[in-house]
Amino acid sequence: MNQAIPSHKAVITVVGKDTVGIIARVCTYLSEHKVNVLDISQTIIEGFFNMMMIVDIEGSTQEFDEITDDLDTLGQEIGVRIRCQREEIFTRMHRI
Amino acid sequence: MLNIMEVHETNQMIEQEKLDVRTITMGISLLDCATDDLDALCERIYGKIYNHAKDLVATGKQIEREFGIPIVNKRISITPISLVAASACKKPEDFVQIAHTLDDVAHRVGVNFLGGFSALVSKSMTPAERMLIESLPQALAETERVCASVNVGSTKTGIDMNAVALMGRIVRQVSEATADTDSSGNSKLVIFCNAPDDNPFMAGAFHGVTEGDAVINVGVSGPGVVSKALDSARGKDFEFLCETIKRTAFKITRVGQLVAQEASRRLNVPFGIIDLSLAPTPAVGDSVGEILEKIGLEQVGGPGTTAALAMLNDQVKKGGIMASSYVGGLSGAFIPVSEDKNMIDAAQSGCLTIEKLEAMTCVCSVGLDMIAIPGETTPATISGIIADEAAIGMINQKTTAVRVIPVIGKGVGEMAEFGGLLGRAPIMPVNQHSCEEFVARGGRIPAPIHSFKN
Repeated sequence: MNQAIPSHKAVITVVGKDTVGIIARVCTYLSEHKVNVLDISQTIIEGFFNMMMIVDIEGSTQEFDEITDDLDTLGQEIGVRIRCQREEIFTRMHRI
Repeated sequence: MLNIMEVHETNQMIEQEKLDVRTITMGISLLDCATDDLDALCERIYGKIYNHAKDLVATGKQIEREFGIPIVNKRISITPISLVAASACKKPEDFVQIAHTLDDVAHRVGVNFLGGFSALVSKSMTPAERMLIESLPQALAETERVCASVNVGSTKTGIDMNAVALMGRIVRQVSEATADTDSSGNSKLVIFCNAPDDNPFMAGAFHGVTEGDAVINVGVSGPGVVSKALDSARGKDFEFLCETIKRTAFKITRVGQLVAQEASRRLNVPFGIIDLSLAPTPAVGDSVGEILEKIGLEQVGGPGTTAALAMLNDQVKKGGIMASSYVGGLSGAFIPVSEDKNMIDAAQSGCLTIEKLEAMTCVCSVGLDMIAIPGETTPATISGIIADEAAIGMINQKTTAVRVIPVIGKGVGEMAEFGGLLGRAPIMPVNQHSCEEFVARGGRIPAPIHSFKN
């Protein structure tokens, strides 16, 4: 069992004020770079729009940190905070 | 599959509650560098550290970005220099030259501290160890990133009172040598009893002789996360309180374990241990003092403080221990006064005294840490403080340490400013009664009866 090797899954979170087209813009970026979306959910937490996507980056044309940077820039354009993190940070904390 | 609330909770911890991995520390053995030629020794030390650690900072930053968790410090610990340089150094100045080599390579690889300018003299000092100790005032004044430690006692060996007496004088000299920066040289000098081999936290880190060639140790932190979690435990009983702390410590440690394994894999260096300590920073909300106050104290230092800290320390260990495959180092709660906003406030108001801090060190992970005392404190009194703390460690079979800073030119009530993570500290009053005769006796305090377990 080698827990240390990361999977190809990442979690993209979008937090901010709800506006038209957030999901569309993010999904457009992901499809352009061949990132496969596995799951999407959204909710309002403490008055803020929260969206979470679980994606598979295995076939992506971009490196992990490029995706992180690009989404960060995209978030600044839309006026929301977009983070892309490897899934393990969450699964390790919440799953035994 | 993960749900959005779990993801939100983790990111909330990172963004709002200052969850971070406090340090990735690469331990590097320098035993194979030993030679009797000083220049060749310095060259070998530089080369070995550089080759092992050249990718440490970049790898740390990469992990930071991919996982979205801050890794505050990337550091190096090395074999105690007194062992490596014993045959090459003929005078204290030779050790200063090595300190410069270490400082240079620390700058080159980009780590903010390098620990292991150390001597382990828990029973007695060799000539080389004495010279290393004597070189400390100059070495700490002339270098920026080199951290030193001296182990003056252990449960198995007793306390080397000659070393304790010497360290009292050295601490004072380090203060004088760095008087222009509020005697900050002493923030890089720790005097231990029962020093662990695998402590990733500075200033007391070194790479023990029992370790392999290189190792990755990780220190996790998160007083802010524990403090936030305790908001939900207000007014509840101890069972609920303890469960809350344990759950939180578990989650924090899992993150540390993940980062440690990733760093180990990417650097191709074996994973050693996780040190699960609550290490405060001067930032608001990142305070161990605040946690103790949330447990129910009006201000840290008042009655109940020692019990609250004992409970906190134990719950942190219980929660964290299952989350990591190997736990080591100091593991518990740190109480460095200058690095903890609520401790600073309590020291200023007079609620927190050195005597209370001493009691607290009986139940927490280290000792009298980052405490500013008047510059005119005598070497004998400093030795007395060191001896008291070492005795607590020796008798209770735990690590204790002293990192006190006599601030030259300043007295009780004034503030010493160390800057950055080291913070600022109010100068605390020290008991003025003399222990001159006690310290002057020389020799050593024998190991306690319960150390004979064979």
